[in-house]
Amino acid sequence: MTAVPSDLLSPKGPPGRELGSPALLIDRVSKSFVVGRSRPPVAAVTDVSMRLERGDIHGVLGANGSGKSTLIRLIAGLLTIDSGRVAVFGHDIERDELAVKRLINRVSVDAAFFKKLSPMENLVFAARVYGLNVKEAKRDVYAILERLHVGSDRVDRPIEQMSRGMQQKVAIARALLTSPILLLLDEPTTGLDPRSKLDVQDFIEELRATHDTTIVLTTHDLAEAERLCDRITIIDGGRVVAKETPDGLVAAATARLGRAATLWDVFMAYTGRSLDDDVDTADEETLA
Amino acid sequence: MTMIGAELRASYAFMERNFFLTRRTWAWEVAFLAYSVASALSISLIGVDQGSARLVLSLMVGAIFWNYLSVVFSWIAETIAVERWEGTLEYTMMAPIRRSSRLIGQVSYAMVYGLIHTAVIFLVLGLFFPNLDLSKANPGTAAVFMALGSFSFVGIGILAAILPLLYVERGAQMTFVVQSCLLLISGVYYSTDILPPWMQVLSHLSPATYVLDGVRAGLLRGTPATELWADVWPLVVLGVVLIPFGLWAFGRAEHYAKRTGKLKRVG
Repeated sequence: MTAVPSDLLSPKGPPGRELGSPALLIDRVSKSFVVGRSRPPVAAVTDVSMRLERGDIHGVLGANGSGKSTLIRLIAGLLTIDSGRVAVFGHDIERDELAVKRLINRVSVDAAFFKKLSPMENLVFAARVYGLNVKEAKRDVYAILERLHVGSDRVDRPIEQMSRGMQQKVAIARALLTSPILLLLDEPTTGLDPRSKLDVQDFIEELRATHDTTIVLTTHDLAEAERLCDRITIIDGGRVVAKETPDGLVAAATARLGRAATLWDVFMAYTGRSLDDDVDTADEETLA
Repeated sequence: MTMIGAELRASYAFMERNFFLTRRTWAWEVAFLAYSVASALSISLIGVDQGSARLVLSLMVGAIFWNYLSVVFSWIAETIAVERWEGTLEYTMMAPIRRSSRLIGQVSYAMVYGLIHTAVIFLVLGLFFPNLDLSKANPGTAAVFMALGSFSFVGIGILAAILPLLYVERGAQMTFVVQSCLLLISGVYYSTDILPPWMQVLSHLSPATYVLDGVRAGLLRGTPATELWADVWPLVVLGVVLIPFGLWAFGRAEHYAKRTGKLKRVG
């Protein structure tokens, strides 16, 4: 297994303007959407607060439509905030928009690329807009993709010829190429085959072990959350209903149920439904 | 200076990416070129039918310039529409670059592409009408007005790019409304003198009116650009006004899209 060079993923320069600032501070953030003139606005996220320290992997769990993706989009500056505040290493995301954009990147559930272009062409574009040296970036692309088991023979072929799992790995490479110190992973392993899922999970663990990238991870895979996350926030109906370490959540559920509980029991208890039920609910994507 | 360099490099990123896209879809580019040549030819042949070499040249200028404008508009509109379709719009919006760098890169590529496309059509038409009398033509004047026109159209291009940003399903098609209104009022195939008075007032607000006047004066009568000040200064003023206005308006539209969640992938 080829390790990613240690200088590749670490942040360049000082991370923030305030020493001791949390990596991510979400302070009583709310967001609602107008869905029709005659209907009241729909609250997607209500009064959500979170604090992540540098190097944390923080899981956000919730059913479809619970507000997870909206929260990620709010942190990424892709949605305006109705009330509250989000700061990344002390930089307010609305006042210091460009500074925050330099510190963060995101991987969403859909690998979004110009599908006619090759991974290299897409990633060179990303490198240029993030002000990276293209020659070095090309070298890094090969290193990251090799680490994610994407062969170098795939690098110059159109992305549309790659499997969904391969495309998702290229999406992860794009995010890592820019050396974000806050990485937003919005269901990055959804739809991947078990091998690809493990590749991605191993890579996230490697990031935690060798670098101090702070990660916000939304997932429907409870085993993945248990394996990767230091702390978990559960959101239901746009509100935070639980916030603890995975062990803490399971312990509380065990005490309440009077039997050995799992994270699945925790999810059921706080969201009032199973993950299978989510299939039938309206997807939050229709809202955001 | 470093910051300007970084922003220029970011603008170049968009030009390079669009070039990669053009290269990947070269077969479509050839087909589109054939379509454009056929359109320009069929319009120019109206002049032949009327037995007027001057009309042929006048219609040719109109057809070629209109092709340029259409190509620029299509590129700008489709770039945002395709970004929506591919889902990359949110990633583009997350990039740590200024709005102006992003838009200047997109618009610059559209214009370079448009100029090359137009030059090819001009060449083909020249071959089709080998007896066309261009002995009096002043190509320098035509070049000056194409350059000034491009400058003025940056602002309009940025304004047009707002439509696919705001109107998720039909925004790209709505740019054609802007395009056809410009076609109507700018004297592309006829003199603006024949328009109703209120339309003539509107024609003064279109950069295309002055570009066509200038290019026709240069190619048909050989007038140097220095004697066409009445067409030059409105183009400069329109460019100076429309670019900052376009950037401001696009910023407001982007804020609206972020408030209402319209940046999200559709497709």
